[in-house]
Parts: sequence; C-alpha cells; structure tokens
Amino acid sequence: MIRVHYFARLRELAGKGQETLDREQMTVQELLDWAEESYPGFGKDDIQVAVNEEYALPGDVIHSGDECAFIPPVSGG
Amino acid sequence: MKPFEVVETPIDAQVYSDYVLHAGAGAVTLFTGHVREWTHGVRTVYLAYEAYVPMAEKKLAEIGAEMEAKWPGVKVAIAHRIGELHISDIAVVIAVSSPHRKAAYEANEYAIERIKEVVPIWKKEIWEDGEEWLGAQKKYPEKGVDSV
Repeated sequence: MIRVHYFARLRELAGKGQETLDREQMTVQELLDWAEESYPGFGKDDIQVAVNEEYALPGDVIHSGDECAFIPPVSGG
Repeated sequence: MKPFEVVETPIDAQVYSDYVLHAGAGAVTLFTGHVREWTHGVRTVYLAYEAYVPMAEKKLAEIGAEMEAKWPGVKVAIAHRIGELHISDIAVVIAVSSPHRKAAYEANEYAIERIKEVVPIWKKEIWEDGEEWLGAQKKYPEKGVDSV
C-alpha cells in the first residue's frame, strides 16, 4: 500500500486529504500519471511529489509503505 | 515553542526573538509577514493557509541549517501559522541573531525567499466575490501573486 496526501487545490479537486493505493511499487512519474487520469485537471506538470517528506525525482521508485504527497506550487510567507 | 514550527494559533514574535538572543549576539533581526488587505487593487477578506506540517517543519529546519552554514554564528527561529488568518495577522516570523548586524539582515531575507520556494505551505485568498489557491508558478495578471 502506498499512501498519498493531497493539499490545497489538489485536496479540493480530489475531494479528500489522503488515500491509499494498492500497489507494491511505482515510479514518481507513474504516480503523477495515475493522479492525472484519476482527477482530470490535476496539472501534473506543475506538481512535485514528496516521498517520505523529501522531494523526489520522476524516476524515483516508490515502495509499499511509503508516504507520498503531491506538492503543488507552494505559496507560504 | 520549537525553533522551526508550524502553528495554528496567533504568533507572538517576541518569543522567537527571545529564543535567538544570547550573550554573543550583537544584532537580532525580526521579520514578521502579515496578511495584507489590498493586493493589486483586489481586497482580501482573509487568507486560509494549509501545510504538510511534518515536511514543512523539516524544511524550515533545513533552511535554518543552510543559514548557519552560509552565515556562521547566526541563530535562527522560524514559525509559520496556518488556518484562517485575518488582515494584519502574523503569518510568518523569522528571528535571526548574529554577532554583527549584516549577517542578521542578509540571513533573514534569505530565509523568507527560501520559504517561498521549498516549504510545503499554501495560501488561499478569499475575496468578497471568490477565492483562489495561490501558487508561485501561477500568474495572475490583475491580482499578482506577491502576497505577504
């Protein structure tokens, strides 16, 4: 199981703050592709993925048990 | 308080200033970012901030470590508030002490720039007639994105 978190615009789009995917492993890019397909308008090209609270690259592999988060452009401050 | 934290209650800036002050400090810079009412002619009613809290606190601590590496001798505390914030509320506080003033000024500005780049915190502007999540890469020709 891979847990994914949604924040801000993406949380409202998905209608939830988090969910789990029944997958053993997938790449960050595959996760983004899955999200775009599941939630039209996701806008994956502008979104970073954090794996276990660190920014990850598209080719990085996510494993079952990892905590992932979609990070849309930040706007703190 | 923790030196790098995301909080849900009003920020008392003095707490962070006191935290960084020590006998070797000759200067303390205290930056507070506030909710602004007017941005490019559009009136904000309030802001709603949201964060990926554990990662945000980790990133704030990393920024602190970057500052200590770039300006040896600085001591740093940073807090960001989330939830509903109203006009003039403090959204972020950055306290930096250093032996001499130049490093305290420079390091403090560095911190806010880095926060806007890497810390997973998001701001939604609520106006009288609508609302929008802001993002650094989004462009609002009329409203601009440079809140706080």
